Amino acid sequence: MTAKAISVPTFERHGLDDERLRWMLRNMLLQRTLDNRGFQLNRQGKIPFATGSEGHEGIHAGAALAFERGRDILVPYYRDMGLCVGIGMDPLQVLLSMFARADDVSGGRQFPNHYSGHALGLMSISSIIAAHCSHAVGAAYAMKLRRESGRAVLCTFGDGATSSGEWHEAINFAAVHRLPIVFLCENNEWAISTPRSKQMACERIVDKAEGYGLPGVHVDGVDPIATYAVVRDALERARTGGGPTLVEATCYRFLSHTTDDDDRTYRTRDEIEAHRFQDPVPAFERLLVERGVLTSDDVSQIKKDVLAQVNDVTDRAEALPYPAASELYTHVHAGAYEPWQ
Amino acid sequence: MAVAAESTVMNNVEAVRSTLHEALRTDDRVVILGEDVGARGNVFLITKGFIEEFGEERIIDTPLAEASIVGVAIGMAMEGLRPIAEIQFADFIYPAFNQIVGEAAKTRYRSNGDYTCPLVIRTPYGGGVRGALSHSVSIEALFYHVPGLKIVAPSFPADIKGLLNAAIDDPDPVLFLEHKKTYRLVKGEVPAGHYTIPIGKADIKHPGDALTVVSYGLYVHQAIDAAKRLASEGMSIEVIDLRSIRPMDRTTILASVRKTRKLLIIHEDNKFGGIGAEISAMVVEEAFFDLDAPIRRLCGPDVPAMGYAATLEEEFMISTERMAEAMRDMVRF
Repeated sequence: MTAKAISVPTFERHGLDDERLRWMLRNMLLQRTLDNRGFQLNRQGKIPFATGSEGHEGIHAGAALAFERGRDILVPYYRDMGLCVGIGMDPLQVLLSMFARADDVSGGRQFPNHYSGHALGLMSISSIIAAHCSHAVGAAYAMKLRRESGRAVLCTFGDGATSSGEWHEAINFAAVHRLPIVFLCENNEWAISTPRSKQMACERIVDKAEGYGLPGVHVDGVDPIATYAVVRDALERARTGGGPTLVEATCYRFLSHTTDDDDRTYRTRDEIEAHRFQDPVPAFERLLVERGVLTSDDVSQIKKDVLAQVNDVTDRAEALPYPAASELYTHVHAGAYEPWQ
Repeated sequence: MAVAAESTVMNNVEAVRSTLHEALRTDDRVVILGEDVGARGNVFLITKGFIEEFGEERIIDTPLAEASIVGVAIGMAMEGLRPIAEIQFADFIYPAFNQIVGEAAKTRYRSNGDYTCPLVIRTPYGGGVRGALSHSVSIEALFYHVPGLKIVAPSFPADIKGLLNAAIDDPDPVLFLEHKKTYRLVKGEVPAGHYTIPIGKADIKHPGDALTVVSYGLYVHQAIDAAKRLASEGMSIEVIDLRSIRPMDRTTILASVRKTRKLLIIHEDNKFGGIGAEISAMVVEEAFFDLDAPIRRLCGPDVPAMGYAATLEEEFMISTERMAEAMRDMVRF
């Protein structure tokens, strides 16, 4: 296969000023640097495990900008580090999670990339695929019951999740009750080693929306501005009583599933290279320079700043302690807990 | 438990129903969701009239999909509601196993206390009603292995009220098991006014000193009948109603066993890996030298389910006569 030239997304601003465009690029560069740091630390033997989302940066930057901080709720999945940082989570949390430190939001219990934060509107998730989709629906139901108009839930998942019965149950429930929720599928073509063609017979994930009676919108997830516009419109519809939407944002997963996976066992290097045109980071960088939103020097400076920031949070997180062993017994129930022994 | 001056005689259905009604009336955060809980008023008529009084936004007839009944309830609970999810029959709970075990029981733990899951899952269980393979099962042993989950199985109307109130107030998930044969079979005094019974406390329903019997659900009623019968034969049997399966009241069980020096455990669920196995192991670990006889477990047979045919169901269920016989054997040991 021959690599296509890096595609330059169309430049439709959708109301975004230069400042917000620069914010998106910075967020995308930060995501990629944090992702790389996780894999580096794993290969250095400093952390047991990391998961990357290289290729998803455009979706994360666009969706994060559409999310209304302080109002909306995000129910993400484990490949959404960039989205969580994008809605306001401190990047230090990413490193605390990688190092499993006591100050990690889960107290060092969860795998990396399983964030939560009540204050951010970031719901806690497990690793179980699609199990969180019905939680998002429940949160949206609570908003509707309490007449909290102007609020909505953003629930994200991968393409593999749409095979799960729990996903179908959640979508159906939300559609029946016309709940204020946006289901955002980050379709990166791979569920670990299983390609989309073995997950579903339909052409697109949005094809599944029609059967449940809710609108489905496809967007090129490589393009952060287009993703922003589609997710913003869907969230706004949800916030104003228009009901749920299924959004499919297509992208490509450039890294192995996790540091414990070896994608050479199921896809060729040539295939990955042939998808480089879908790499959102260089594409968006080039677009903004070509359109004069910033200069090449500005981009270099952002990259330097981002690297310095990631180095700083790495050093700070690494220096912090693990949770005390006695923490194994806390937060089982409210109050004191007496384990059976 | 603060006992009010007046009380009302009611059956177990009425106890569940009136407690749910009071919760809906006094707390806007309470919603009920499940299959046929609305216009039908639940298949046992427990929620009859609720949808007219509280509206379809709070009394939610869900799509027929158990994983989402519990999953949606978890999301509601995490966002500040007090959902009471109903699984129409305990036999239908298996599709929701992931949500209960993998999600609800671990929400607080995995978020380091940042998110909680104050959720009640009610479900009728148990046999003796010609419910065949898929309307008769006991499910407690499938869930009692799971830390983070509380399980109660009260079977007296006053206990149902106190424990259901406690379950609704509880900041963590509670699986609330109702033996369906006791729904209209068992009647009793229920104190007026709001009260709770602490989850994790057993109750001595029939005091005695020659043998401890631990049971719960339908069989605790039969065990009490058997104990009364044996009292006329001069045998003093102590019957403990477990009421809460997890956490389990080891204090009450051990104190009783140290007094009577003999233990019989009776449950409808099958023996292998059942609740009785844990009680038995715990008593052997803690009070082995206080025992005067081997512990005995009288349990459902080790078969996949009770059959629809009367003969098959009767063979599965333990009669009061068999309980009395086991008690006699142990007292005489």
